[in-house]
Amino acid sequence: MSLNSDIAIVGGGLIGPVLALACAKAGLKCVVVDAQSMDTRANAKFDGRAYALALASRRMLNALGIWQHVAEYAQNMNDIKVTDGRQGDGAAFLGLHFSSDEIEDGPMGSMLEDRYLRRTMMQMIDRHPDITHLSGTRVVAQTITAQGASLTLDDGSVVTTTLIVGADGRQSSTAARAGITRMGWDYKQTALVCAIAHEAPHNGIAHQFFMPSGPLAILPLPGNRSSIVWTEQHNLANAIHRLPDNDYLQVLRPRFGDFLGAIELCGPRHVYPLNLTIARSFTGPRVALAGDAAHGVHPIAGQGLNAGLRDVAALSEVLITAHQHGEDIASPAVLSRYAQWRSFDTAALATATDLFNRLFSNDNALLRMGRDLGMGLVNALPSARRTAIREAAGLNGDLPKLMQ
Amino acid sequence: MATTVDPSEIAKFEAMAAEWWDSEGKFKPLHMMNPVRLSYITQQICAEFNRILDSEAPFSGLRILDIGCGGGLLCEPMARLGATVVGVDAAERNIPVAMAHAAQSGLTIDYRHTTAEALVAAGETFDVILNMEVVEHVADPLAYLTACRQLLKPGGLHLCSTINRNPKSFVMAIVGAEYVMRWLPKGTHDWSKFITPDELFKLMTQAGLEPVDRKGYQFNPVTWGWRISDRDLSVNYVTASLAPMSAA
Repeated sequence: MSLNSDIAIVGGGLIGPVLALACAKAGLKCVVVDAQSMDTRANAKFDGRAYALALASRRMLNALGIWQHVAEYAQNMNDIKVTDGRQGDGAAFLGLHFSSDEIEDGPMGSMLEDRYLRRTMMQMIDRHPDITHLSGTRVVAQTITAQGASLTLDDGSVVTTTLIVGADGRQSSTAARAGITRMGWDYKQTALVCAIAHEAPHNGIAHQFFMPSGPLAILPLPGNRSSIVWTEQHNLANAIHRLPDNDYLQVLRPRFGDFLGAIELCGPRHVYPLNLTIARSFTGPRVALAGDAAHGVHPIAGQGLNAGLRDVAALSEVLITAHQHGEDIASPAVLSRYAQWRSFDTAALATATDLFNRLFSNDNALLRMGRDLGMGLVNALPSARRTAIREAAGLNGDLPKLMQ
Repeated sequence: MATTVDPSEIAKFEAMAAEWWDSEGKFKPLHMMNPVRLSYITQQICAEFNRILDSEAPFSGLRILDIGCGGGLLCEPMARLGATVVGVDAAERNIPVAMAHAAQSGLTIDYRHTTAEALVAAGETFDVILNMEVVEHVADPLAYLTACRQLLKPGGLHLCSTINRNPKSFVMAIVGAEYVMRWLPKGTHDWSKFITPDELFKLMTQAGLEPVDRKGYQFNPVTWGWRISDRDLSVNYVTASLAPMSAA
């Protein structure tokens, strides 16, 4: 079998399908190669994973006709409360509080479970006449020539294309095959992720507790449920993960506090070792990287998927414009526009999340006093607050058209 | 062969020809400017000939001439959009470079080492003429623009860009681009040959063309890219003019 496309996207997670939908809208023919099978992807049970979608990301999903299908399952985040706490200390000294009322653009984010977003996107790419979805198939080789590129799949078929996009995650094989090396470091921390049901309503408020061992995020899901992202040192996290559910909750409760009443688990638990990994180049000959394949950041501020969606918005805009101008969409001149657009943003985000984490995951008394003062200052200065809120909503920087 | 080409100008570009397609090389500034140039060109052609960019081969049926085609940076996009393209350059060495690249891209483009005047003599006509960064290099702009008008079919579109003549353009185009940034080889431009937008409109009118639009290309040092400006025509600018509906 041989398939012909304008863009061959490796990776069937969320970033690959969104890119396909964005590009196919302008008539670019896309092939999405997904190593996982449709059965795995279509599993409709709640697996505990959810995304904090920034306002800009929601606008983009809306512009692509995706949001309309998932809006009913989303929970608005109206407030974000940031507190510095030590286990047992109770409430914070000086807390940060961001409210959507302070920007004119509506709720600054929405929580959405992975299963709804994934199901909708799978259905949309399968229905689209300009998108071919190959699932349960691996890429075994990629070939680049001056005229074009091709992917050889494990079933022996070949996809010829103008451009290859690697949306295949932190350990991107597309990047490796293109000879693009990575840099980064391990945070020596692991995120424990789960969903909980609680007695009291969350009122659409997201909480971020900065504990000495790492941050704990409590993000509101529809109903009396919240998504928990809880960070501990590797060894401790893995030990906690191995505990039975009841013991797991016993460890969580003192960190969590009792402000939402009694809590219990709903859905499976996950662990994600935290590390920062950035591709040394976002592009190579006839290759572009997007999402975690380009930059896997510390998920401390829920910015991983949001940053990936920014890649998609920028890349699709660059490719569509080039296509409409009659340019070779995979020429170095075109790809460098994408690389230039995204690299500054990524460097800023990686540095900020890294600094944030190093500053907050620390029990040094001086640092604690410093960050409490800092939080108090940000809280007291209206312009600093607005900047922080707009940053969390993804409204700062040179926004691609899809996100405006 | 009657010609308005200044021989010393041709030699300068011949020396640069092989590097046309390296977007990080000597022609980086041209590659950087290409998105705004293509944006203007495609918008003007769509508006004039009622084409929609989202459609398949939107420029099919149009015969386009690119004068001073160089390595084919504009010819190839036009061909990809479906146009029948003739690219001419007075520098002979550019022709094989452009032809080799078009073959690599799988595009059919008619590249010729010839001049506007020679095409007029051969009785060729076009729907669109792309006349980008050429007029400031010719010996007799009025004679050259007259030849361009003669090459257009009635109602044909002439897109012409060049550099303004004022102290700012001297600093930006010559001191900045040639000496400070080393974007262009020293001596690429002769500032005294630069033409103001009003002068160009007057020349075009004298040549029998009807000027219909002019825009500036503005460089943004923050985004390190170019954009189209309605008001700032102080350095690089582009114009659109039409041939009369009945042959003059």
